[in-house]
Amino acid sequence: MLKLLTQRRLLVLSSGLLILLLLPVVALAIGDPYLVTLFTRIVIFALAAVSLDLIVGFGGMVSLGHTAFFGMGAYVVGIFAFHLQDGSPFASWPFVLDGSDNALLVWPSAILLSGLMAAVIGALSLRTTGMQFIMITLAFAQMLYYFFISLEVYGGDDGISMWSRSQLPTLNLGNDTQFYYLCLTLLLLFLFFSWRLVESRFGRVIRGARENNLRMHSLGFPTYRYQLVCFIIAGAGAGLAGALMANQSEFVSPNLLHWTQSGEILIMVLLGGMGTLFGPILGAAVLLLMEEILAAYTEHWLVFLGPFLILVVLFAKHGLYGLLVGQEVNRD
Amino acid sequence: MKYAFLATAVLGLGIGGNALAAEPVKIGMVTTLSTKAGYLGEDIRDGFKLAMEMEGGKLGGIPVELMVDDDGLQPDKGVQIADRYMKRDGVKIMTGIVFSNVAMAVVPKVVRNDVIYISPNAGPSPLAGKLCDPNYFNVAWQNDNLHEAAGQYATDAGYGNLYILAPNYPAGKDALTGFKRYYKGKLAGEVYTKLDQSDYSAELAALRAANPDAVFFFLPGGMGINFLKQYAQAGLNQRIPLLGPAFSFDERLLGAVGDAAVGVMNGSQWTHDLDNAANQEFVAAFHKAYGRTPTLYASQGYDAARLLASALKQVNGDLSDLNALRAAIRKADFTSVRGAFKFGTNQHPVQDIYIREVVKTADGKYTNVTRKKVFTNHVDAYAAECKM
Amino acid sequence: MLLFIEQLLNGLQLGVMLFLLSAGLTLVFGIMRVINLAHGSLYMVGAYIAATAFQYTGSFLLALMAALPVAAVVGMIVEMVVLRRLYERDHLDQVLATFGLILFFNELTRIIWGRQPLFMDVPKWLSSTVEIIPGAPYPSYRLAIILVGMLVAVFLYLLLTRTRLGMQIRAGASNREMVAALGVNINLLNTLVFGLGALLAGLAGAMAGPILAVESGMGESILILTFVVIVIGGIGSIRGALIGALLVGLVETLGGYLLPELLRLFLPPAMADGAGASLASMAVYILMAAVLIWRPRGLFPAHG
Repeated sequence: MLKLLTQRRLLVLSSGLLILLLLPVVALAIGDPYLVTLFTRIVIFALAAVSLDLIVGFGGMVSLGHTAFFGMGAYVVGIFAFHLQDGSPFASWPFVLDGSDNALLVWPSAILLSGLMAAVIGALSLRTTGMQFIMITLAFAQMLYYFFISLEVYGGDDGISMWSRSQLPTLNLGNDTQFYYLCLTLLLLFLFFSWRLVESRFGRVIRGARENNLRMHSLGFPTYRYQLVCFIIAGAGAGLAGALMANQSEFVSPNLLHWTQSGEILIMVLLGGMGTLFGPILGAAVLLLMEEILAAYTEHWLVFLGPFLILVVLFAKHGLYGLLVGQEVNRD
Repeated sequence: MKYAFLATAVLGLGIGGNALAAEPVKIGMVTTLSTKAGYLGEDIRDGFKLAMEMEGGKLGGIPVELMVDDDGLQPDKGVQIADRYMKRDGVKIMTGIVFSNVAMAVVPKVVRNDVIYISPNAGPSPLAGKLCDPNYFNVAWQNDNLHEAAGQYATDAGYGNLYILAPNYPAGKDALTGFKRYYKGKLAGEVYTKLDQSDYSAELAALRAANPDAVFFFLPGGMGINFLKQYAQAGLNQRIPLLGPAFSFDERLLGAVGDAAVGVMNGSQWTHDLDNAANQEFVAAFHKAYGRTPTLYASQGYDAARLLASALKQVNGDLSDLNALRAAIRKADFTSVRGAFKFGTNQHPVQDIYIREVVKTADGKYTNVTRKKVFTNHVDAYAAECKM
Repeated sequence: MLLFIEQLLNGLQLGVMLFLLSAGLTLVFGIMRVINLAHGSLYMVGAYIAATAFQYTGSFLLALMAALPVAAVVGMIVEMVVLRRLYERDHLDQVLATFGLILFFNELTRIIWGRQPLFMDVPKWLSSTVEIIPGAPYPSYRLAIILVGMLVAVFLYLLLTRTRLGMQIRAGASNREMVAALGVNINLLNTLVFGLGALLAGLAGAMAGPILAVESGMGESILILTFVVIVIGGIGSIRGALIGALLVGLVETLGGYLLPELLRLFLPPAMADGAGASLASMAVYILMAAVLIWRPRGLFPAHG
């Protein structure tokens, strides 16, 4: 897909990267540090959207339950922080596990647990396809949503308020600029990983299964297993995004798992252009900026956002990224 | 990078210098305008704005600029807006949050950053107790207060067997805990319903079977409307009296409930018929400005603005000395529309709480009439946990 | 036991409401293969129009008469302006465009009717209770809803099996191209079916008005349940929608009542109540996941 980097595409990508890299410098120069916060959010949601693009765009698995993993990642960070503040151990059996704000312990746990969750949900959901797949993933996300609401120890619907962000050696994540660059680095790493993945033999099987599952299967590929692995990777990616989100807002609540959040991440993927990996980043940026700008003009901003989404679906078939690079994005 | 920092420093100085001259004091209002609960934020905002308009855009003689943003009932959105107020607009005073879950996300974060937050509605228990903060003031109530009033009323009225229900989430649990703190009789049932449940027929059937003396319920917003309508349709309102907190009986909700709510006794710190000059002025002005009867949310928004006005006047609009500003707010040197008002040690209200009854007026509308004072100078249950 | 029978009736009544919504949705999906998240918005439109008409006329029947055609017309306009362009697209596009419609309709009602909920009452002649089971008076309005739901089910059955239109609908569901090739105006058929679905959604909304709060966003809570219904029942199948609706209605209603009792058998009461309440919230989703794992295409899949 990216082997033919046209000049125009190269221009779009490098200017996008440049904007993201220079943003904090510019924000400080014009005296608007809030831009860094806003773009941290964009980068985090972009990470979640890229992970969703892996299964939706390349795997053809339309999941309306991606926030299950996003929320799971966030809750792992929140729960560790809660036990640190509370002074009570997280678990006393089979071994004592205390609360922690060490990112090197907490973030990988978040990724691992989200991945595990994705393994379970994926294994069950992948028995279905199409509309049923959309609904069963939604069902699992809803279960988790109600589960966290009923978790009284961890604040239920009120959620967990964290005292500070996670700790990393040498970096100070409490500093917005450093935190932003860390999120950006993680996004770029995940993007690179995803790009290698879809270009590999694994990626070709996944895409083949999207077009014609039966054929791939009869060619001897255990497509179910391939799809499941893809689903797990996407879930783990969303878990990382969730862990970052918890750190950004220093707060975790079941609201992160609400089905409209899943819808919002899907919109980012589609808005940017699905099956493009870079598109979802653009989608996240445009959607969040639009919310921000429209809300500043009118309290009834949703009445404009709704039709805008419809127009994008109807007229920008390959998303904004497709419009920008100026040609039909070859999804294969 | 160096140059950038230098530039900010210079810019920062420039802005700081201007502020002292003529810049209005910025107030950031994070509130809920969209979603089903949007009318709550609308009333808080309108109450707050009314106080400003009555002074010609000033509060306590100090020019102010009010910024309002919709949190959409999403905690992380609330945090984002608060971040913008702090970082982009340099806001030092915030208010407006309607719901406890948004407050729990926003308040601890902003008060850590030396922003004064005045709560016009939400009063979750941690913020009144363990997490209390010198920068956090609550001008409405601690979440349990109005439920406690209903509990005390149930005890006074001699009810001995009550059925109580609330949604299965923290505010619901707090509500029933608050109620039970002052209710001394037996419980015929204690039920937690699903959050956002719309059909209560199952609960009503079980309730009828339990045959209690009265029913206490806390179901905010649309949930309460559904419950009341279905309660009346099941023919229960003729037989078993209902008690609740004021939240399900504000004048805007009552219009949507109709006859089904008539006769319900509910606990509130304010009603539009409270007999004091400040209240009469407020109710008349609100009617004139917006063409509707103010709800208790509007009264709380108005009080928040008046409290702030009194403090700004004392410090003459100078926000640079935070200690002075906090001390000025703590004095609560304003006439609240609810009558007597002062802050307790945890900077939550010490106030009288009443029981009111829903009645149908001569012109076919529905409203509340104050029936009885239940508590005098009521202090919330968490004040002792607050170490300030 | 008395209580149990009363709860069964409640479950039945919720099931009937769900059936009204899911019948339209499943027909639309069966023929046009389109996922319409905005179906809940048509339900909301029905409720808002009915409540408004009720305020002006004070008559429940007039309110119903106003709500049904308006919902149907709004539905047909939505079909012609937006959904028609999405038939050939994949489900993702449909989900997102109709998600946009939800945002639009919710905010529009807020602009037109304001933020506070509207009022609508049960008609006087249905405001009493009936002792259908001795000792347990049951609201007659709810019985009326159950009755209307049954009538609609019979009407749909007759429509689909006995009329020319029904034949075309069934044919369209199994082979769209063939029907078009046989000279049936498929566009008109689509619009009509969509209008019928919208009409049923509007009927459900108008009938819900006296029971529920008429407010912006009221469609979403029932929308998800509706989708659960049609997925459990098998997409495209009216029979599946009926069975699924009753199943979901019963699980949703009885879950909150039976689960805590059940858990009390082997857990301490306080814990049983807590766990029961949270399990009850998840019950329908667990049901759906279980059904799909057992039969990935639902109970009564419409096409082979």
